[in-house]
Amino acid sequence: MLKRTLLLIVFLILSISLFSENDGLIFLENQTPFEEFAITGKDIPNDGGGGIEIEWSFPDSLDNFFLTVLRKDEAGNNSIVATDLLVSSKQVRDVSSEEDPSRVKDGTKYYYTGILSKKMVDENFLNMLISKENGYSKNGIYIFNNDTFYVTAETDAIISKASWFNLSRIPVVISLILISFVFLYYLNLAKSGKELYIRKINGLDAVEEAVGRSTEMGKPIMYILGIGYVTDIPTIAGLTILSRVSKKVAEYETKILVPSYDPVVMTTAQEVVKEAFTEAGRPDLYNKNDIMYITQDQFGYAAGVDGMMMREKPGAVFLQGLFFAESLILAETGHSIGAIQISGTTETAQLPFFVAACDYTLIGEEMMAASVYLQKEPMMLGSIAAEDLLKVFIMVLIIVGFILSIFAYGFNIGIFKNLFDLLVRALQV
Amino acid sequence: MLKGKGIPIFITFLVGMIMIISFFIPHKPFGDIEKISLNWYSIIAGFTMLLGVDSLIGMHFRKLKRKDENWFFSLVLILGFTATVVVGIIETVRFGTAFDDKSYFTYIYNYFIVPLQSTMFSLLAFFIASAAYRAFRARNFDATLLLITAIIVMLGRVPLGEQISPYLPKFTEWIMQVPQMAAKRGIGLGISLGALGVSIRIILGIERSYLS
Repeated sequence: MLKRTLLLIVFLILSISLFSENDGLIFLENQTPFEEFAITGKDIPNDGGGGIEIEWSFPDSLDNFFLTVLRKDEAGNNSIVATDLLVSSKQVRDVSSEEDPSRVKDGTKYYYTGILSKKMVDENFLNMLISKENGYSKNGIYIFNNDTFYVTAETDAIISKASWFNLSRIPVVISLILISFVFLYYLNLAKSGKELYIRKINGLDAVEEAVGRSTEMGKPIMYILGIGYVTDIPTIAGLTILSRVSKKVAEYETKILVPSYDPVVMTTAQEVVKEAFTEAGRPDLYNKNDIMYITQDQFGYAAGVDGMMMREKPGAVFLQGLFFAESLILAETGHSIGAIQISGTTETAQLPFFVAACDYTLIGEEMMAASVYLQKEPMMLGSIAAEDLLKVFIMVLIIVGFILSIFAYGFNIGIFKNLFDLLVRALQV
Repeated sequence: MLKGKGIPIFITFLVGMIMIISFFIPHKPFGDIEKISLNWYSIIAGFTMLLGVDSLIGMHFRKLKRKDENWFFSLVLILGFTATVVVGIIETVRFGTAFDDKSYFTYIYNYFIVPLQSTMFSLLAFFIASAAYRAFRARNFDATLLLITAIIVMLGRVPLGEQISPYLPKFTEWIMQVPQMAAKRGIGLGISLGALGVSIRIILGIERSYLS
């Protein structure tokens, strides 16, 4: 390596007088710092078009050097893709974006060139290199203001195109077909009248007790949907439970308060409660102002809801939705006022807080199954049975993977290694 | 013919199917559907913010008008809200953005909102202590197991734990990486399948309680 570098330096010094073209620039055509000094490019696979991936594989000793990538289109227009990337980054993507939608056009031929340098690339040198009038686009070594730049040869023509199918998602398609089949099978089974079993969920059995207790005490019920948006599945699950709880509230002729974090959730909750009251035959009891907006600030929301709890002293507090750091602040305040609390979230980090502070907690999937449990419609029960079968299937896969890995890596048996790798590859997306 | 609830159910089914298809087809127009939908959602959310503000200010105006208990806090909220909006508008005109370093809007954010947020967040420490006290009382076998595990994990995470035994931090790490992680992943699996179930029920129109 040292010998090669010394030879290169001697060669450079000797060449200065021979190839000097002007005072600031010396150019040595076809000279490279090492063999196979080149960059490659390809269309980004499985994308919507407008993207090319440029890759390079230089010796590790050059990891701290910089690489600048230039692009030339078929009309001969040069432009800069990226400047001063660390060589160790190995790749860069040239993609169209919302700001620059026509950066890379599908169907157009592009040619890429890389400039390797120890220092960050000189702006004047770069401008000189990309100017159309200038002929300095050949590969070789350039010495500009005593800095050396190694320019690669242009890549072959690269054309970007949009894919009609994302091949990397084939395992997802297979899973989707399998899951759909299982779901449809159980839905048909439910339709045919077969009785399906759903295990007892104490937290949901307690809904009636909580609403009844609040009514007896003459206190309202508070339903907190957390700080999720209507696009979050836990918030949707929370809204479906709200529907059932509101119906009970209307039947018991009591009051429900729903402080909201997001105005879209507030509007949806207003409609859900209104519909539930109408279904229960008591639309007169519905008060739009009981479902109110607080703020979209996490701790501001926690402060607002806590304040409301302390003033209104609800007899039952439901915490159903997406919760983060404010979960315990809300649940402990609810506990301090002596309310019966039923919580549920999919955030595993918040579940211990709810378990510690609430009377009943719906853990993850129980929350998702809540509306099914409260309604107990055969078709809905069918979907729960399908989920359970899929769970068994996943458990079997885990056990198979576990056994294979023991034989593959514990006992070092080749065939099991192949099988294990095959399983991992099949499950990777 | 579609009528009544059939229309929103059909729209939900159609949109759900398009979103599933767009997950597998990156080609235009499918590839951009998610982005377009989120843009639509942002526009709708922007308008609903007006409803939110109307709800908040309306509630506090009513409290003020009726001179309800603690009406003074409603007055503080309305004054604070109005002052922030006015300052925000003035500073946007002055600096081109309300978030300029010299703007009074930034001052309000840095010296009112941030300390208030920190105050609420710091309350969590006391709530954790009170909740932990209740949770760790050794009333039955499960609670005792929880208490012992918690003590081991807490000790294993502080320098004192290593002083007691060099194995304590390793045992803590094992608890966190093996039994804790196994339980967490089990719950995670259930949640994912549950979310899938909810989505399928909504797309197929079996779950209708979200409809008004």
